[in-house]
Amino acid sequence: MREKILYVLAAAAALLLARNLHGILLRLPDEAAQGAIYRIIFFHVPAWFTCFTAFLVAGAASAWYLWRRNARCDALAVSAVEVGLVFTTVGLATGMIWARIIWGIWWTWDPRLTWALVTWLIYGGYLMLRRAIDDPDTRAKNSAVLGIFAFTSVVITYKAIDWWRTQHPAAVLSFRTGGGTIDAAMESMFYWNWLAMLLVAAILVMIRMRQEEVGREIDALRRRAHAL
Amino acid sequence: MSFFGGAWTVAAKDLRSEWRTKESLNAAVSFALVILLLFSFAFDPDSEQTREFSGGLLWLVFAFAGTMILNRSFAREIPNDCLDALVASPVSGAALFAGKAVASFLLLMAVELIALPVFGLFYNVRWGRQWALLLLVVVLATWAMTVIGTMFSALTVNLRLRELMLPVLVYPMMIPALMAAMQLTTVLIAGEAIAGDNLIWLRLLVGFDIIFTALGLGLVETVLVG
Repeated sequence: MREKILYVLAAAAALLLARNLHGILLRLPDEAAQGAIYRIIFFHVPAWFTCFTAFLVAGAASAWYLWRRNARCDALAVSAVEVGLVFTTVGLATGMIWARIIWGIWWTWDPRLTWALVTWLIYGGYLMLRRAIDDPDTRAKNSAVLGIFAFTSVVITYKAIDWWRTQHPAAVLSFRTGGGTIDAAMESMFYWNWLAMLLVAAILVMIRMRQEEVGREIDALRRRAHAL
Repeated sequence: MSFFGGAWTVAAKDLRSEWRTKESLNAAVSFALVILLLFSFAFDPDSEQTREFSGGLLWLVFAFAGTMILNRSFAREIPNDCLDALVASPVSGAALFAGKAVASFLLLMAVELIALPVFGLFYNVRWGRQWALLLLVVVLATWAMTVIGTMFSALTVNLRLRELMLPVLVYPMMIPALMAAMQLTTVLIAGEAIAGDNLIWLRLLVGFDIIFTALGLGLVETVLVG
């Protein structure tokens, strides 16, 4: 059953991505000031939104774990962090490519970019912490605490363009600006591609969660074998 | 035992044992001086530019020296199973955390108050022009460093790779506070008032302190007891 859901979701994601690519590359015109390179924003912004969503899920799962001590929550938290980190990398990489073309430099230390990098480092630290703890319960408990702490940097990353004057472009989506800054057809493409990326993320998280659960089972069997 | 009574007992115990051995205090002060010396090789300490990033330098010194103290915060309880005794004692986890944080905070402040004049002397920086605001920034940022450091010291106390893991986790978490402190200190050393964009940094620093103190007090029991 679970396999079938995965295949259906994967097919939906593939179809949606193909549709979006067609729209982004062929249907939408070049942007007036930036030319063709602006199209990377349809991957850059949705990738960041997806990573924020993944980290939000990880934070909620961590809090839920501390409350209920449910091992599945821990599996969900680590899966979401791993997938979120991949999308953070995508967000950083696409942003750097865009910056190279538009600004002429790969990187600048403005608050938004710095915090994006900090978020990446913190969640990298989260995965390192998990590797350093052998006992599954201690690992789940300590990384859940870190998962909650880490989420603060996601909030700062998200709000950085409102709090500081950054070199990074200010918000363009209408739910943050009140409208009028972006063409409706372009804005809807953001959300369609975000949906596609969310689907991909959900599929990856489901696969990764199953690995976690199987790993736990193998661990338990190994312990029983040692006890005998 | 009341929260403040417990916290004070733990803080007094930590400070007393530190005062008798002066282990981490000596190490942190001499380490801070060594880094100050090393920085002088990396660039020309007499140039006008140095004063522009002097705030950043100062906080790097504090952050490096600070982790030496914070690393010891819970690690000093490992020999003779002292940590188990502390957890079993009638002091609550939150009070234990608060006591440890206060002790580390006072030690860190001591290191900073020694390093600050030395820094002023060797790098020809006049830090006295806005000393009251500077002190406020130092107190706020040091408390931020202490809260994060104490929490992560508790989080990593039982790890095999404790000394390696703590800096990897602690520095990225501290960055918001360190960035704010660096920015504000540079402005204050230049003798200017905090205004405009810099007010956001001050607010960030205060918010950081409140949020992480609350998170630390709320979550430390889970980390230590389970």
